[in-house]
Amino acid sequence: MTTSTKQMGRAGARSRTLGSLGQLFARYGIVIALGLIVLALSVLSDNFLTSGNLTNVLRQVSINGILAVGMTFVILTGGIDLSIGSVLALTGMVGASLVVGSKPHSPILAILAALAVGVVAGACSGIFIAWVRLPAFVVTLGMLSAVRGLTLIYSQGMPISNLSSGFKFLGQGTFLGIPVSVVLFGATALAAWVVLAYTVYGRRVYAVGGNMRSAHTCGINVRGIIFSVYALMGLLSALAGVTLTARTTAALPQAGVAYELDAIAAVVIGGTSLTGGIGGIPLTVVGVLIIGLLNNGLDLLGISSYYQQVIKGLMIVAAVLIDKARHADAA
Amino acid sequence: MSGSDLLLKAEGIQKSYGGVLALHDGCIELCAGTVHALCGGNGAGKSTFLNILMGLEAPDSGRIWLNGSETRFASPASALAAGIAIITQELSPVPDMTVAENIFLGRESRRAGWFVNQTVMRRKAAELLERLNFAVDPRVKMRRLSLGQIQLVEIAKAIDQRSSVLIMDEPTSAIGDKETAVLFDAIRQLKSAGVGIIYVSHRLSELFSIADEYTVFRDGGFVRTGLMKDIDRDELIRLIVGGSLIDQQCAATEPEKATLLEVQGYSRAGEFEDINLSLKSGEIVGLYGLMGAGRSEFASSLYGISRRNRGRLVMDGAEVEINSPGDALKFRIAMITEDRKASGLFLSQSVRKNISLTSLSSLSRRSFINERKEKAVAQRMIERFHIKVRTRDQPVRQLSGGNQQKVLFARSLTTSPRILICDEPTRGIDEGAKREIHAFLAEFAAQGNAVLMISSEVQEILASCNRVVVFRHGRQVAESPVTRITPELLLHWAS
Repeated sequence: MTTSTKQMGRAGARSRTLGSLGQLFARYGIVIALGLIVLALSVLSDNFLTSGNLTNVLRQVSINGILAVGMTFVILTGGIDLSIGSVLALTGMVGASLVVGSKPHSPILAILAALAVGVVAGACSGIFIAWVRLPAFVVTLGMLSAVRGLTLIYSQGMPISNLSSGFKFLGQGTFLGIPVSVVLFGATALAAWVVLAYTVYGRRVYAVGGNMRSAHTCGINVRGIIFSVYALMGLLSALAGVTLTARTTAALPQAGVAYELDAIAAVVIGGTSLTGGIGGIPLTVVGVLIIGLLNNGLDLLGISSYYQQVIKGLMIVAAVLIDKARHADAA
Repeated sequence: MSGSDLLLKAEGIQKSYGGVLALHDGCIELCAGTVHALCGGNGAGKSTFLNILMGLEAPDSGRIWLNGSETRFASPASALAAGIAIITQELSPVPDMTVAENIFLGRESRRAGWFVNQTVMRRKAAELLERLNFAVDPRVKMRRLSLGQIQLVEIAKAIDQRSSVLIMDEPTSAIGDKETAVLFDAIRQLKSAGVGIIYVSHRLSELFSIADEYTVFRDGGFVRTGLMKDIDRDELIRLIVGGSLIDQQCAATEPEKATLLEVQGYSRAGEFEDINLSLKSGEIVGLYGLMGAGRSEFASSLYGISRRNRGRLVMDGAEVEINSPGDALKFRIAMITEDRKASGLFLSQSVRKNISLTSLSSLSRRSFINERKEKAVAQRMIERFHIKVRTRDQPVRQLSGGNQQKVLFARSLTTSPRILICDEPTRGIDEGAKREIHAFLAEFAAQGNAVLMISSEVQEILASCNRVVVFRHGRQVAESPVTRITPELLLHWAS
C-alpha cells in the first residue's frame, strides 16, 4: 500500500493533468461508490446510521464475505468455483448432525468435522482442475450438483434443528460486543489480505493467474497452487456453512442455493479480473459491503426485492466497465 | 528522391499519451514499387507512427496524403479499404480455423450469399500460397502450425488483400533464414507489381538486402531519410542509437577447461534425438538451426519444462535429474524462453515483482516477503541492466520490448545461476538493448559461468559465441568453434 501511494506521488509530480483525476476515479471508483451509497442512505433513511442497523448489515454480509474472500483466491488464479453453496449446505448439515440429540458432541469437534468435509470437497474439485486439467467451470458445476445431492442424502431431505447452545454461539454470540460471525469474517479477510499481499504463497497465486506458462517457467508448482486455492475455498465454504447454520439455528438441505453468485459478484465488483492475476482482498471487502448495503438500504427504503436484483445486476456491469476503463488507462 | 510515384506521404505527425510525447515529428515518403525501411530503437516512435498510418490511433497533429490527396483514417477498416494493409508483430490467428479460413477471414467466398464456400476458399488459398512459394497446407488448422508458418500465413493474408501500401512490422522476427528467403522473394514480386512497402526490422543485414530507402526515427522524431545504397551498416547503427554506445563486445575470452554441464543422449520422440553436448566454464555456446530443428524443444527439456524420453545429465561429475523448472533452478540453471510475453513475463505486474519472483524464498523469512530487501534487489537489477522505468512498480506491460527482455535477464540473475539458457534473447528488440544483452552475456560467461544461446541470426551467433552446435531435423549435425566457420557454412549445415 505504501508503495502505491509513493508511486502516485511521483507520477503526480510529473504530470498533474486531468487524466490523473480520471485515473484516480478509475482506481478507487468502487470505494467512492461505497461512500456515495452510505451518504445517500444516511440522508434518505433515519434508521440507516444507527449502530443496530450497521451491526445488522455486517452480520448479514458476513457469510457472503467469508465466501467472497475464498472466491478471490480462486478467481485470482483464473478459476471459478460454482460449488460453494452446496459445500456450505453439506458442511452445515454435517456440523449440525453432530450437535443434536441427547448426547451432542462438542461444538469444536463438530466444527472441525465440518471444516474437514469442506476441505475434502474443495480438494476433489482441485484434483480434477489441477491434475486432470478439466475446466474449473465444468468441474465445480458438477460438484454443485453432486454435493447438493450428498447433502440431501445425508439429511434425508430433512432440516436439522435443536442445536446445542455451544454451537449456536458461533452464529448468535458476540465477542467484545461484536457478533461472532462478523469477527470471523473480519479475521478471515485480514488473514487473507496478509497472505495475498505479503507472503510468497500470495505472490505465487498472482503469478499463476497472471500467466500460467510464465509461472511454470519460474519454477512455481502451478498445479499445487491451483489445487490449494480450491481446498482453501472448501475450507472457507465450510466456515460459512457452520456459521450460517448456527445463526439460523438449523441446517437446511436447501441452504446456500445461488450463494456462489453473490460471492462472485462481490469479487467482480471489487475489480478482481476474471482472467486472473489482478485484484485483491480489500476491494473484495468493499464489493461485499456494497452488495450488503444495497440489500439493506433498499429494504429500509421499502423498495421491493425485485428491484434490488435489477440494481445489483446493473452494479456488476458498472463495476466491470470501471475495471475496463482502468485497464485501458494502464495499456 | 527518385522519380517514381509518390504513394504515401506523412508529415509532422505528432502524438502524446497522457501528457508524454511519444512522437513529435513523424514523417515518411513512400514511393510505389519500393521497400522503405523504417528504422529506430525501441521508444523511437515507430509503432505509434504505424498505428496512426493504419488508423488505429488518431494523431494530435500532422498530415497524411495517399496518392496525392490528403486523408485521415478513422479506423483500420477504412485504411484497409483505402489500400493500406499491415502485418503486425503480434500475430492474431484464430487457432481452430484452417489456414484458408484465416486467410479469408471477414471476406469469405460465399455460396448463395449466406453460406461459406469452403471449396473455392481452399482452392484460392492453395493458389495464393503456391504463388508465394509458402510451404503451408491450406486445409490444416492454424493451431497445428509453427510460429514461422503462422507468420507466413499472416503475410499471405495481407498480400491477398491487394493493397497498394503494405506495412511489415518485424515480419522475420519469428522465422528462420530459409523462410526469410521465401518471404523476400514474395516481397520482390510485390515490388515489381508496384506495391510500396514500409519495412520495420531490427535485423539490419536484412534491410540492406531488401530495402531501397530508409527513414530513421529516434526519440520520437525524424532523423534522416535516404537511399540504402548510400549508407553502410555502421552509419545506420549510428543514426539509430545516436552514436553513444560502446562498440560491440566480442566474446574473445578463452574458455577454461572445467565442464559445468554435460548432456548425454538426450532424446524426445518426434522432437530431437540423441543430443550430446557440454558446456564449459566461461563459454557461450550457440545453438543454430532452422525453424523446427528441435532447438527450443531441446532447451525446454534441458530446463525441465518438458520431459525427455531418454538421456542423462551430468553436472560437476555427478548425474542429476531435472524434471521441472524448479529442479533446474535448484541446480542453478536459469532460462529465458523464446516468447517473453507468453512464457516469461507477468505483464500486468510490476517490474519489481517480475524480477523477484524466482528468488522470493531467499527474500523472505518464514514465507513473509521482506519488501525492503526485494526493492533493493529490484533496484540493483534495474540499474545493472539500465532498464528504463518510471518507477519499479510500473507494470511490465508498459515497457518496450527491449526493456521487457532486460527484466527477464534481471530475473534470471537473481537466482545466481551458473548456466543460462536463452532462446532468441534479442529477437525483436532494438540495437541498443541488443548490444547491452550481448555485453551482459559475455561478462556473465567471463565470470566462470556458461551460456547456451539459441539464435536464428547468423551474425549474432558469430559475434557472441565461442562455439556453435547446429541442429537439423532434431539431430545434432555439426559442432565447431566459431573462429572456423562462416555464415555460408552455418547455413549449409543447417539446411
